[in-house]
Amino acid sequence: MKKKDVVIIGAGPVGLFAIHQLGIKGLKAVVIDNLDKAGGQCIELYPDKPIYDIPAVPECTGEELTKNLLEQIKPFNTEFFYNERVDEVKQDKDNWIVKTNKNNEFTAPNIIIAGGVGSFEPRKLSVKDAEKYEGKSLFYSVKNKDEFKNKNISIFGGGDSALDWTLELSKFSKITLIHRRSDFRGAPHTLSEIQKLENEGKISIKTPCQLDSINGDKNIESISIKFDDGKIEKIKTDTILSFFGLIMKLGPITEWGLNMNKKTIDVNSENFETNKKGIFAAGDICSYPGKLKLILSGFHEVALASVECFKRARPNEKYRFEFTTSSKNIQNRLGKK
Amino acid sequence: MPKITYKDNQDNSKTIEVENGLTVMEGAIQNDIPGIDADCGGSMACATCHVYVEEKWLDKLPKAEEAEVDMIDMAYEPKKNSRLSCQLIISDELDGLVVTTPEKQS
Repeated sequence: MKKKDVVIIGAGPVGLFAIHQLGIKGLKAVVIDNLDKAGGQCIELYPDKPIYDIPAVPECTGEELTKNLLEQIKPFNTEFFYNERVDEVKQDKDNWIVKTNKNNEFTAPNIIIAGGVGSFEPRKLSVKDAEKYEGKSLFYSVKNKDEFKNKNISIFGGGDSALDWTLELSKFSKITLIHRRSDFRGAPHTLSEIQKLENEGKISIKTPCQLDSINGDKNIESISIKFDDGKIEKIKTDTILSFFGLIMKLGPITEWGLNMNKKTIDVNSENFETNKKGIFAAGDICSYPGKLKLILSGFHEVALASVECFKRARPNEKYRFEFTTSSKNIQNRLGKK
Repeated sequence: MPKITYKDNQDNSKTIEVENGLTVMEGAIQNDIPGIDADCGGSMACATCHVYVEEKWLDKLPKAEEAEVDMIDMAYEPKKNSRLSCQLIISDELDGLVVTTPEKQS
């Protein structure tokens, strides 16, 4: 079990800036996020869309914002646990024990939940039996492409993931690409490659249609797709890959005894503590009178929460407010001499 | 104020008055209409405010831009009359609009 001052849940912009605000106060944090990289919604939902309301940054994309935040927190050498979701939070006197779905355990007097709208998970197929085949012959991502050799694969989706994997896996498997409309969304080069493969008869494209049923017993034997005109077609399939993007799921957070309002956690606006001492919530996931779901609000929220975190992590020290421009302590922690 | 009717997939319906300039999604959220999640808050990034628009209204709505159509690909059971309610801005012309929420949003 790793001992820390603060466990931060969520590596979005607010979770990242929390590291900074804790770090300049000399507190050690660890960050856990279900995605495979930092950035949260900024990276997953709008990496290329410009944001215009970050103070003193007239325009930047979600990706640039994330990159700059990571640069800003570099001096604190924080440990990140990606592809992990916090499943359990338990009280142990003045500390909290945090357990992830990969059985990592942390103990800390403070938890900051900067979880946005929840953790990102693949949007799953809703037809009957989809669950039964999941992880065996129905997949929402490709971890090891060698497992997709010499198969009859049906790929669903019309975006980059569906197109890229169609190109890649068509080198050694028979691919049917299925999409609900005739337009695909991808880089021009990718689209022309796909077109070429279809013309050469190397892949089969079915549009406009959607999955109607999965047929099989222990293994998938075929799928039935339904065209817009009602026609049904059966396609020999042993493997399904589905790429319908990610959804956000609040998940286990609802089971930690926190006062919640719809999908948000109630906090006070003095230090952003929840109804549980030492558990804080900041960013899109918290709610209080007047709350705005802006990145800049999240920055303010973690700055204030970090003060209370300090008091709980260092009960015998007195908290002193300091400016980065003049504090030798802070400058040392930032590695500036 | 324009009246908007929100139906669920069981045919339960609720008609409310929504101020001009708000979106159909905001009208739902502010009036606690179930079935519209709007996880991304209206930035056209999540498809959890997906609704089916009553056929006769389809032509009266401004056409969906490409980004919206792309996002609808990700929605739960999209149909020809699918729209993202965060992109439907209410005006007097839409008085009487009827939208149906899908069985679920994700």
